[in-house]
Amino acid sequence: MDQAFFLLFAAASVITALTVVLARNPVHSALALMACFLQISAIFVLLEAPLLAVIQIFVYVGAIMVLFLFVIMMIDVREAVLQRFLPGGNLPALVLLVVLGFEMLALVLWSDRFSVTEPVAMRTGGEIRQLSTTLFADYLLPFETASVILLAALVGAIMLARKEPR
Amino acid sequence: MVPLWWYIVLGVVLFVIGAAGVLLRRNILVVLMSLELLLNSVNINFIAFGHYYDDFRGQIFAIFVIAITAAEVAVALGILVALVRNKPTLKVDDVTMMKG
Repeated sequence: MDQAFFLLFAAASVITALTVVLARNPVHSALALMACFLQISAIFVLLEAPLLAVIQIFVYVGAIMVLFLFVIMMIDVREAVLQRFLPGGNLPALVLLVVLGFEMLALVLWSDRFSVTEPVAMRTGGEIRQLSTTLFADYLLPFETASVILLAALVGAIMLARKEPR
Repeated sequence: MVPLWWYIVLGVVLFVIGAAGVLLRRNILVVLMSLELLLNSVNINFIAFGHYYDDFRGQIFAIFVIAITAAEVAVALGILVALVRNKPTLKVDDVTMMKG
């Protein structure tokens, strides 16, 4: 049952990811990316991380993709629709990608570290409580740093995108 | 149960697709979206390992990755809007003003 759902979501996410890369129109890419993020959040649910699934939908589908769509609407994308890929320099990048993919697949399939089929210990309830306790106790400093980074990005984006004062 | 290496292979496939988008596409918007795809495939790996080895740090790192990604996208789209205002192009190989 789990395996059937995993294969369904994985196939859908790979197909939508290919659509992101292959679509001519950036609007189609953005919508396919949204569908891909929904599949990935379903995979997070399969991994028993429901909080991460909800955060994925809120942040990626709700915030980031809406930001992308707003920027696409602000920018004239019609002239960029015509040409899809880099005209020259395709071959080294393609070779690099194929080598990278085969290397990672070979490492994953030949190693016996990844052949775990069952989780080491089954978790009990109160998972989100434990997660937030760990996040706010042991990882408090990185959490605050992330919030400062978000604030800096907010101010920086406003400064970058506003018009120059005359 | 789903074996662990299925998730890792899914992460590898999504990573290669995203890297292909970053390296081969010439539209800046699609390059940024492919970067999102790369970071998401890394998140799948984090959460899969965290689940199978019963460790919360995978989920915590995924939360930080998502937060930093949100910041990165905001700054990148701000730069993109400023760029298009100065030079109306969306092709990566037309933007060589800094001679990089």
